[in-house]
Amino acid sequence: MIDEIQKQILEEVADLHKVPDGAYNIRANGESAGRNTTANIDIITKEDKSGIDIRIKPGTKNESVHIPVVLSKSGIKETVYNDFYIGEDADVTIVAGCGIHNCGNQDSQHDGIHRFYVGKNAKVRYVEKHYAQGDGLGKKILNPVTEVYQEAGSYVDMEMVQIKGVDSTVRTTKAELAEDATLIVHERLMTHGKQKATSVYTVELNGENSSTDIISRSVAKNESEQIFEAAIVGNTVCSGHAECDAIIMDKAHVVAVPKLDANNVDAALIHEAAIGKIAGDQLIKLMSLGLTEQEAEEQIISGFLK
Amino acid sequence: MLEIKDITYQVEENNQKINIIDHLNLNIEDGKFVVITGPNGGGKSTLAKLIMGVNEITTGQMIFDGEDITKKSITERANLGISYAFQQPVHFKGIKVIDLLRLAAGEKLSVSAACEYLSKVGLCAKDYVNREVNASLSGGELKRIEIATVLARGTKFAVFDEPEAGIDLWSFQNLIRVFENIRESINGTILIISHQERILSIADEIVVIEDGHVKKQGTKEEILPEILGTSAAKAACDKLM
Repeated sequence: MIDEIQKQILEEVADLHKVPDGAYNIRANGESAGRNTTANIDIITKEDKSGIDIRIKPGTKNESVHIPVVLSKSGIKETVYNDFYIGEDADVTIVAGCGIHNCGNQDSQHDGIHRFYVGKNAKVRYVEKHYAQGDGLGKKILNPVTEVYQEAGSYVDMEMVQIKGVDSTVRTTKAELAEDATLIVHERLMTHGKQKATSVYTVELNGENSSTDIISRSVAKNESEQIFEAAIVGNTVCSGHAECDAIIMDKAHVVAVPKLDANNVDAALIHEAAIGKIAGDQLIKLMSLGLTEQEAEEQIISGFLK
Repeated sequence: MLEIKDITYQVEENNQKINIIDHLNLNIEDGKFVVITGPNGGGKSTLAKLIMGVNEITTGQMIFDGEDITKKSITERANLGISYAFQQPVHFKGIKVIDLLRLAAGEKLSVSAACEYLSKVGLCAKDYVNREVNASLSGGELKRIEIATVLARGTKFAVFDEPEAGIDLWSFQNLIRVFENIRESINGTILIISHQERILSIADEIVVIEDGHVKKQGTKEEILPEILGTSAAKAACDKLM
């Protein structure tokens, strides 16, 4: 069912070398290529549109769900709706990821709309990796939308990674947090060639003592373009921090747009943004350890994106 | 042996050409512990950078173990066996102390081997190996890690540019001990740029650089009495007074 190319892409996006333990749903070229549910985690195909519902029972601990997507045929365009219902007090890891292999001349596009309903005091670690390969003329396009609704005391840690090959991406992330909820986002992005990547975050801190920390580290090479917009809305006693740190190289273009919106005197919101080239003294230090300039550059970038 | 032959390093400032290093000649023999001192602005740090190849000399020649390195890059000099500890250590986002030590050693250094280098510079290794080399570390900690990278390289010629700069007095006392240890276990040439009397007092040889050239060179016994009390040799407490 899964061929070699698909297998390799699965490794890139989901660190999967074999069929995963626990619940999973593998989608390949628009069709289900494998599914497993557990006593606590159910996966149900949507009837009204393309996509799945993932239902995690309250109190589920230390379980994981993998829902990778692979497109290896040229010319597939799809929009998929995945809804996650995470029960109270659950503690789970969700790994989503999309890999495109496009050798053809038609564009391949996957737009995943993910909605998370996180119950009281639940804890979720979410990893989403994007990867594309193939040297056809067809573009590899990913436009993920993530919506997160966090109930009181819940904790969500999201890792969003896009390191290679995706030509065009618009990532939209929205979150609404109730009291004592926490959302942490780590985004890592590298663009090259003529790629374009836009990331837009809007986090509404609605509950008392809710907090968020959005950290983006990116490298823009060649003639690529990146736009990072982070808006944090503080409607009560809350704390929010956004940080965008970008290395710009060659003829790239990087835009960072901060937006802080405080509606309460006790909303503490901070935004930091820094864009700059690789520091010359970093290169000199690594070259003085015997690395060539190119090796030094690779080390600095891979450390930065780690 | 490092032979520095009649080198000049020229910069342009306000349309005027200035020789930061002005026809400087110096030989550093193998296995020696040499301290370069002299007034601020005399060209000491510039000389260190010229030796590592960070800046390119304007005229003159530099020979290392019989090989002309005048036109060689930083990487080539590093691979020939020259190391350089920065006066102001560089920060790296995401690169950990162990990564840097591994790059320095040029091999997949084990954690215990990395810890050994950190212990040598007086850092409790387990607290540091997995820290990022960034501003969360203090100046004194970064300085020791910088020195540890040079130790991990284990090359035959190591240059330390003002190891005492930017560290507090307490760290300084420990740093002196580090260099006393290096002094005892030396198996290569060490060149330190320093104003500190304690460092000068463990040298085999002292070189005084002023106005871009060598003003004096000789054994510690010859030079130290002449320069004590000048800005070339400061007692460690001067900074606090």
